[in-house]
Amino acid sequence: FQLGPHSEGFYEKLEDALIEADIKASIAMEISDELRNSSQAGKLSSPEELRSFVRDVISQMILTVNLDPENNDNAIYLVLGVNGVGKTTSMAKLARRWLDAGRSVSFAAGDTFRAAAVDQLAVHAGRLGIKIFQQGQGADPSAVIFDGLESIKAKGEGILLADTAGRMHNKSQLVKELQKIDRVIRSKVDDPSYRRILVIDATTGQNGIQQAEVFHQALGIDGIILSKYDSRARGGLALSISRTLGIPFAYMGTGEGYGDISPMDPEALVESIMSAIEG
Amino acid sequence: MRSSGVSILFDRLSTTFSDLFRQMGGKAKISEKNVQDAVEQIKLALLEADVNLRVVRRFVNATLKEATGEHVLRSVSPGQQFVKIVHDRIVHLLGDEAAGLNLKGPDTTSVILLLGLQGSGKTTTASKLAARLKKEGRRPLLVAADLVRPAAVDQLVTLGSQIAVDVHSEKGAKDPVKVAKNGLKRGKKELYDTVIIDTSGRMHVDADLMKEIKSVFQAVKPDETLMVADAMTGQHAVDIAKSFDETVELSGVILSKFDSDTRGGAALSLKSITGKAIKFIGVGEKSDDLEPFVPERIASRILGM
Ligand SMILES: Nc1nc2c(ncn2[C@@H]2O[C@H](COP(=O)(O)OP(=O)(O)OP(=O)(O)O)[C@@H](O)[C@H]2O)c(=O)[nH]1
Ligand SMILES: Nc1nc2c(ncn2[C@@H]2O[C@H](COP(=O)(O)OP(=O)(O)OP(=O)(O)O)[C@@H](O)[C@H]2O)c(=O)[nH]1
Ligand SMILES: [K+]
Ligand SMILES: [Mg+2]
Ligand SMILES: [Mg+2]
Repeated sequence: FQLGPHSEGFYEKLEDALIEADIKASIAMEISDELRNSSQAGKLSSPEELRSFVRDVISQMILTVNLDPENNDNAIYLVLGVNGVGKTTSMAKLARRWLDAGRSVSFAAGDTFRAAAVDQLAVHAGRLGIKIFQQGQGADPSAVIFDGLESIKAKGEGILLADTAGRMHNKSQLVKELQKIDRVIRSKVDDPSYRRILVIDATTGQNGIQQAEVFHQALGIDGIILSKYDSRARGGLALSISRTLGIPFAYMGTGEGYGDISPMDPEALVESIMSAIEG
Repeated sequence: MRSSGVSILFDRLSTTFSDLFRQMGGKAKISEKNVQDAVEQIKLALLEADVNLRVVRRFVNATLKEATGEHVLRSVSPGQQFVKIVHDRIVHLLGDEAAGLNLKGPDTTSVILLLGLQGSGKTTTASKLAARLKKEGRRPLLVAADLVRPAAVDQLVTLGSQIAVDVHSEKGAKDPVKVAKNGLKRGKKELYDTVIIDTSGRMHVDADLMKEIKSVFQAVKPDETLMVADAMTGQHAVDIAKSFDETVELSGVILSKFDSDTRGGAALSLKSITGKAIKFIGVGEKSDDLEPFVPERIASRILGM
């Protein structure tokens, strides 16, 4: 349908399209209420004005942050999230990105739980030609990451990307384990050089809000990677999470290749949501 | 934008089904207006549970019709009747009863093909199914036909050894169709009664990879072609399932990661749009964390009861 006549049907269709983009129903209603109020006040008369209003409202709701390292200091990035979202692969993509920017990058194989998780990261390290700190299956992840930290501190100018085992946010034991890793890292490094990145799969529904909320409460999340955006899911989750929790998005993953990561682009999300509204 | 708008709307949505049912269930008389309000709340709660909007709309229309019928409003306890109608309807849509695997007898070799999006849980589910079938007295062989994801073969080999199930893998192989075929050939020759084929994750919108899975499907003619989907999937779940079903004709679905706190509305969407049975749910990372799909239980979960 077209953004057009100010019929009740129009607002319903707008709400529907937002909901189908995985935007939380309450926020979808908020957006359409806002639009309804403004157009009733005579502020929006033409379809063009309506369209740009919706665009503005949506893009303003999505928070972004740049998490690329700003200087040549040591830095550590802890990557976390629920099972299978794309943590390990995103690390490899970030490594490629930062190697290309001339930085020295290494991995800490902090997923010592899942079958062949260390091997998976080691394959990436081999392909990228970078160092990986690893111990065997079942080792203490904090110890693995601690080793990596000691080493980059001794050498200077290194970025350590630390993997963690996928874990459900509703399993408190597993979240506590992350907090332990977090404490160990904090005991070693200054806050500005430590970033916690949460990975969320773009195909995730409303549960993604809970994921972000729990991990943010437990550790404090600096930014989110919206992975698997090539699924053509519209990524409305980014809007809900920004809006309800105030956590910004840093990157989006768009495939399995090393180049398939880019800074979060709210315009791209707005485009895909708008195409659903207008298509 | 007024920030207060959000919290007001949150309040509007915070009525859970159990609250709603308590209110409705306790009523001796309910009006058509009562029912309409309740149905509106049900609509919102189903959306919060990630049930696909089209499914929600269909459900709501049908329920409204039945629940506002004379025989309900005039019955002895209309509130309870209403609650029962909603619950039963969801159970019915989910499939009424648990559906098992359709495999041939143990004197021949049956084939299970697993497919789905990246990271949905295929490899883990392959080993869970193998463990389950082994416990039932069958002799499964796992086939490592994911040649894309780094260390995917190692992952399956490790999982296989944990449950003492053999794994067919080919070093340096490039063609998943060949590996799947060879695995089946070996399965038949060495008298395994079930061959479980793990494939690489693929996006339903990736034409080349969808063509590839079709070739695997045609080469091994599976008895069960199961899509492994993440129970936390949102509105997009039906598009994903439809694409896979159009490509290979699914025989069923396994929903992984039900141990999350998702309400799991994807189950309702998948079943009612594709008509495919949901055969199992994954409830953890370990090899025995696989349970039969019990529609009653999932209906209550979707409803937040
Ligand atoms: N299409 C696509 N696939 C992706 C993307 N990111 C990751 N993947 C794939 O998703 C699957 C899971 O990725 P992993 O990096 O292993 O995920 P993880 O979060 O580390 O998984 P666990 O460690 O098991 O919890 C792999 O097949 C990846 O290739 C993406 O942006 N797009
Ligand atoms: N909590 C939980 N984790 C699960 C479940 N099923 C699978 N996983 C985890 O999800 C992650 C991905 O599982 P995999 O089996 O590697 O998924 P996949 O579909 O084979 O992934 P690709 O081969 O990369 O496409 C792993 O961390 C698994 O341990 C489940 O039911 N519950
Ligand atoms: K997923
Ligand atoms: Mg990983
Ligand atoms: Mg796999």
